Amino acid sequence: MAIESVCMALLQWSPALIAGFGQNILISLLAIGLGTVLGLLVGMLALSPWRLLRLPARLWVQVFRNAPWLVLIYFTTYVFPFEIHVGSAYIPFPDWVKVTIGLALPASANVAEILRGAVASIPGTQWEAARSLAFSRWQIAVSIIMPQCLKRMLAPWMNLYAVVTMGTALASLVGVHDVIDTAQIASNTVNLTGFTVLVYLSLLVLFFAYCYPISRLTQRLERRYAFY
Amino acid sequence: MPSIESVVEPLVSLRDVHLAFAGNPVLKGINLDVYPGQAVSIIGPSGSGKSTILRCITGLLQPQRGQIRVADTRVDALTREAQRIELRKRVGFVFQQYNLFPHLSVLQNLMIAPRKVLGRNRIDAEKDARALLAKVRMEHKADAYPGQLSGGQQQRVAIARALTMRPQLILFDEVTSALDPETVGEVLTVIRELTQEGMTCVLVTHEMRFAEEISDVVYFTENGVIVEHGSAEQIFEHPANERTREFLRHALGAPARRGPIVSDPYLLTNLSRYSLSV
Repeated sequence: MAIESVCMALLQWSPALIAGFGQNILISLLAIGLGTVLGLLVGMLALSPWRLLRLPARLWVQVFRNAPWLVLIYFTTYVFPFEIHVGSAYIPFPDWVKVTIGLALPASANVAEILRGAVASIPGTQWEAARSLAFSRWQIAVSIIMPQCLKRMLAPWMNLYAVVTMGTALASLVGVHDVIDTAQIASNTVNLTGFTVLVYLSLLVLFFAYCYPISRLTQRLERRYAFY
Repeated sequence: MPSIESVVEPLVSLRDVHLAFAGNPVLKGINLDVYPGQAVSIIGPSGSGKSTILRCITGLLQPQRGQIRVADTRVDALTREAQRIELRKRVGFVFQQYNLFPHLSVLQNLMIAPRKVLGRNRIDAEKDARALLAKVRMEHKADAYPGQLSGGQQQRVAIARALTMRPQLILFDEVTSALDPETVGEVLTVIRELTQEGMTCVLVTHEMRFAEEISDVVYFTENGVIVEHGSAEQIFEHPANERTREFLRHALGAPARRGPIVSDPYLLTNLSRYSLSV
């Protein structure tokens, strides 16, 4: 039976597919982590009262937010060497790390924008009230504004994470052995049209199963923090 | 030998203060004195610069001309933020919209400034905070969040928050204007008690009866100038200036003169916000 053999083949390939998806998740987690750290840093610089700090941060956000992700991934893949010399040691610089950086750059620009939006959404009267209580600018930012921003940033940040996870599908284009790459190898090896359809369908299901709970949780958080 | 009056220095004094927003003059030569322990009210029509005066006193706004002195500090001459912070440690401010910190509980709202700004320890700050909450009769809401409180309750917490810094002076900026008539009283009671304890207070208010009752000195402002000032009795009972008389007549609810209604059949006088269409 054709259907039976196709399903058997999928069962055979599923460990490899899941291992490949693990690579996608690893890239997505590292990319959002790096992107968040960078983005908060850039975002804070962009809010600085000094032009000299603000302008490069604004430039960073504009450049990386308006660049196609695939172009950034190609860019980081070819701009970095495949290994780094540190003294006499050679540290390898694998492609998947380059892709992670390629995804972290636009993620950081988006995190910086999320931060800017959250800070702008806090009424100016909060600043005024804290100033009249003799807080310094830095103290206001850290103990009054940031805690209020974090709640507001959570939902858009998780949304961004879901987008980054979907963006990891681009990694296969620069030769990272991820779930898409595995699926390609599987479909070439099995060489049955039915199997090819099934294997890509299972990828859709995998990504959906991972991203859907995130988006549901985001919606719940958005409802919860809609009002104070 | 100088008399007692001349020995006591005003705690706050403004001399010929001018301030303009983008070329729009708001204050046009304000002179004002507040002596220690006094309750001073500033009354007048909206847009006459009352709130701006308070913001100048605490250094939130910088006047273009004139002198502002709070105790030994020349506020108008302050250039660095650190100097303004020193000033604001001594001057409390209560806002019309309460402006409590929504992410902190009532108790935390009262503890954050003493701990972060004055560097006091948690135990002392909490003891103080609870005592002040009891003073404004809000001790039962110590663990509530501002969003769970009524306007009057939030405003009482805001007053307690200003008191945590143990200020020499508190500025009240139309603190009852956002409240419904029933809760105005509970806030005014708290302010009345403060003035009775000898706290120096400057109030911008539209509560004329209250201003009359608690104020030592009342200033009437209009269009960025002090039209008239004097004791509460003098201003409310025997106003010298025609504008003050007219303002008080309206504010105190006496029937105002109104021009005869012209019965023009084409004039849509029956339009209100409940009209379905125009």
